[in-house]
Amino acid sequence: MTARRFASLAAAIALTAVATPALAQGAVADKWRWLVFLVFGAIIASTMFVTYLAAKRVKSVADFYTAGGGVSGLQNGWAIAGDYLSAASFLGIAGLISIWGYDGFMYSVGWLVAYITVLLVIAEPCRNIGKYTLADILAYRNNPRATRIVGAISVITVSTFYLTAQMVGGGVLVKTLIGIDYEISVVVVGVLMLGYVLFGGMVATTWVQIIKAALLVTASIVLVIMVWSQYGFFGDFLNNVVADPKIQARVAQILGDGAKNMSPQELGQRFLEPGLLFRAPVDQISLGMALVFGTAGLPHILMRFFTVPTAQAARKSVIWAMGIIGGFYVLTLFLGMGSAMKVGADQIRAIDAGGNMAAPLLAQALGGGADSLLGNFMLAFVAAVAFATIVAVVAGLVLAAASAMAHDLWVGVIRGEHVTPQEQVKAARIATVVVGAMAIAIGIAAKGQNVAHLVALAFAVAASANFPCVLLTLYWKRCNTGGIVLGMIVGTLTAIALVMVSPNMTYPKAQKAAAQKVLDATPAKLEKLNADLAAAADDAAKAKLQKAIAAVDKDVAAAKGALDKFKGDDTSLVGLEKPWFELRNPGLVSIPLGFLCVIIGSLLYRDKRAEDMWDELYARQNTGILAAKAVAH
Amino acid sequence: MADTGQMDWKAIVADPRFQALHRKKTAVLWGLMVFSVVYYFLLPIGAAYFQDLFKIRVFGPVNVGILFALSEFVVAWGIAFYYAHKANAEFDTEAAIIVRDAEKKYGVKK
Repeated sequence: MTARRFASLAAAIALTAVATPALAQGAVADKWRWLVFLVFGAIIASTMFVTYLAAKRVKSVADFYTAGGGVSGLQNGWAIAGDYLSAASFLGIAGLISIWGYDGFMYSVGWLVAYITVLLVIAEPCRNIGKYTLADILAYRNNPRATRIVGAISVITVSTFYLTAQMVGGGVLVKTLIGIDYEISVVVVGVLMLGYVLFGGMVATTWVQIIKAALLVTASIVLVIMVWSQYGFFGDFLNNVVADPKIQARVAQILGDGAKNMSPQELGQRFLEPGLLFRAPVDQISLGMALVFGTAGLPHILMRFFTVPTAQAARKSVIWAMGIIGGFYVLTLFLGMGSAMKVGADQIRAIDAGGNMAAPLLAQALGGGADSLLGNFMLAFVAAVAFATIVAVVAGLVLAAASAMAHDLWVGVIRGEHVTPQEQVKAARIATVVVGAMAIAIGIAAKGQNVAHLVALAFAVAASANFPCVLLTLYWKRCNTGGIVLGMIVGTLTAIALVMVSPNMTYPKAQKAAAQKVLDATPAKLEKLNADLAAAADDAAKAKLQKAIAAVDKDVAAAKGALDKFKGDDTSLVGLEKPWFELRNPGLVSIPLGFLCVIIGSLLYRDKRAEDMWDELYARQNTGILAAKAVAH
Repeated sequence: MADTGQMDWKAIVADPRFQALHRKKTAVLWGLMVFSVVYYFLLPIGAAYFQDLFKIRVFGPVNVGILFALSEFVVAWGIAFYYAHKANAEFDTEAAIIVRDAEKKYGVKK
C-alpha cells in the first residue's frame, strides 16, 4: 500500500469513525466497566425520562414529524449541532488532528462552512414553503406525485447510507471502548433509538439531540481546559507541540527518508504545516464541494427547519448551530494536538488505526491514567457521549427516512392525500418501525464491511441530487417537474456509480499485491531485527526490538489473512481490477452534472403548473406570508 | 395548509416594494454565497499548491496556514452575523409590511 493510499484510507476510516477491531477487549479495563455502565445508564435514563414527557405531547402528525413547529430558535440550534456532530466529527476529526496535525484541522473547516449555504439560501425558504419533508418543497409547484416519488427515494437513499455508516461505526465504537459484542451494541443502539422516535417523535428526538450536544460541548470544554492548564494557551501550547518528542517522532515516521536532515524542532514545526495527510488536492476539493453543498441537502438537517415557528427562528437556529459547531471544531484542534502529546500517535493508533480513540484516551490520560478512578470516569463519560451521539444522529436519520416513506410515498403518492389524521400518525409510526428494523438488520449484515465511504457518499448524493433540485425550484422560475425528476435520478445514480468504481472500493488484486509485498520483505526485516536483538546492549533496547519483531509478526498475519480472504478473487464488487474513476469523492463531477440535469430537464419539459405557481412560491419563500398560519391549521 | 386561494400572488410579486426587497436580498445572499465559497476553497487550494506560503511563520510556531485556517472560522461567523443583522434589521421589516398589506387586502383572518 502506498503512503498516499494509506493516508486517504486513514482519512476515509476516520470519516465514519469506523474502527478496525484491533483489540479483543475494550479500551476500558474489565475492572472499570461498572463505571462505564453507570454513566451510560445515567444518560440513557435521562433521555428515557425526556421521551416519557415528550410522548404525552405527541398527538398529531405535525407533533410527530416537526414537534408541532414549537421548537425555539435556540433549542433548534443546539438540536442541529446534536444532529450534525456525528461520531465522525466528534471522534474522527480529533483523531485525524492527533495523527496528522494541520491537515486534520483543515479538514474540519468544511463542516462549518457548509452552514453558510444552509443559512443563506436554504433554511428560511424551506421553513416558509415546506411542511414535513424535503419532497414537500419539491412538490409545491411541480407535479406532486412525480416529485414526491423521486424526492422520497433520494431521501431514503441518503439516509440509509448515513444510517449504515452510523450503525456499523456505533457497533465497532462500543466494542472498541468497552468490549461489548458488536451485534449486541447494534441492537441496543437500534432499540433505544426506536424507543425515542416511536414514542416521542420529533419532540423526543429534538431533546435527545440537545442533551447530546450539551454533553459533547461540556466534555470538550472540560478536556480543553485541562489540556491548557498542562500545556498552556494558544502560543505556549503550540510551542509545546513543536518541542514534543512524541510529535517529532510521529512526523519522522510519516516522512520516512525525508526526515533525515531535519532537526527535532523542524520535525515538530512540520506537524503544524499542511501536506502530511492530504497528497491529492483535487480529492480534497471534491470532498469540500460535497460537504459545502451536501449539508444543505441532508434530509435530517432540512427536517429540523420545519420544527421552528418562523423563518426568523430558522435563521436564529443556524446562527446558534454555527457558533456551537464552529466552536467545537476549534476546541478539537486542542483535543487532537493535546492527545498527540499526552497519549502519542503510536498508542492512539495501536487501539484504532483511524485515530478514533484519540479523544477518549486523552480523557483517560488527563484524569490520571488507566489505573485511576478519575481517568476511567472521564473515559467513561467521553464514551457515553460518543454513544449518545450515535443514538441522537440515528434518531434524526430514522425520522427523516420514515417521514419520506409515510408522508411522501404512502400519504402523498399511494393514497393521494386522502388520509385521516389518525391514519397519518399510525403510518408515521409503522414507517419508523420499518426503518428502525431495517437499520438494525443492515447494521448486523454489514458487520466487518468497510463502510467508511458511506458518509462521504451520503453527502455526495445530497449535494448532487437534493441540493440542485431544492435550490433551483426555490430560486429559478423556469425550473419544473422535468428538471426535478431528471436531476434527482441522474444526480443520485452518478454519485453512487462513481463511488462504485472509485478507489474507495476493495480491489482484491491490489490488496493481494500489497500483502505479497509485505511477505516478501519480511525475512530480511526479521533477520536484521534478530541480529540487532542479539547485539543489543541493555534491556530497554531489547524490549524495543522485541516489540518491533512482534509488530512484524502481526503484519505477516494480516498479510496472510488478506491473501486468504481474496483467494481466487481478482476484481472488485463491480468487476474492476483497478479503480476506473480516480477521485474518492464524486462531488467534483456529480454536483455540476446534477445542476446541469435539472436545467436541461426543465428546459425540455413544459409544465404549466410550475410556471403558474412560481409567483406564489416566490412571494411565500421571500416573505413568509401565510407560513405561520400553515402551522396553526 | 392555509387556504391560499384568495391571495393575488401576481400582484404581490409585481409590487415595487416586493421587487425592491427581492433585488436587495438577491444581491446580499448571492454575494455572500460566492464570497464564502471562494474563501473556503482557498484553504485546500492553498494547502496543496502554496505550501511555502502556508509554512511562513508569523510569530513563534504560528504560521500563515494556521492563521488562515482559523480565519475561515472567523469569516464564516462574520458572514453569518452580517447576514443575520441585515435580515433582522431590513429584510424582516420590509417583508412584514408586504405581508400585512396583503393580508389586509385579501382578507386573511389574523
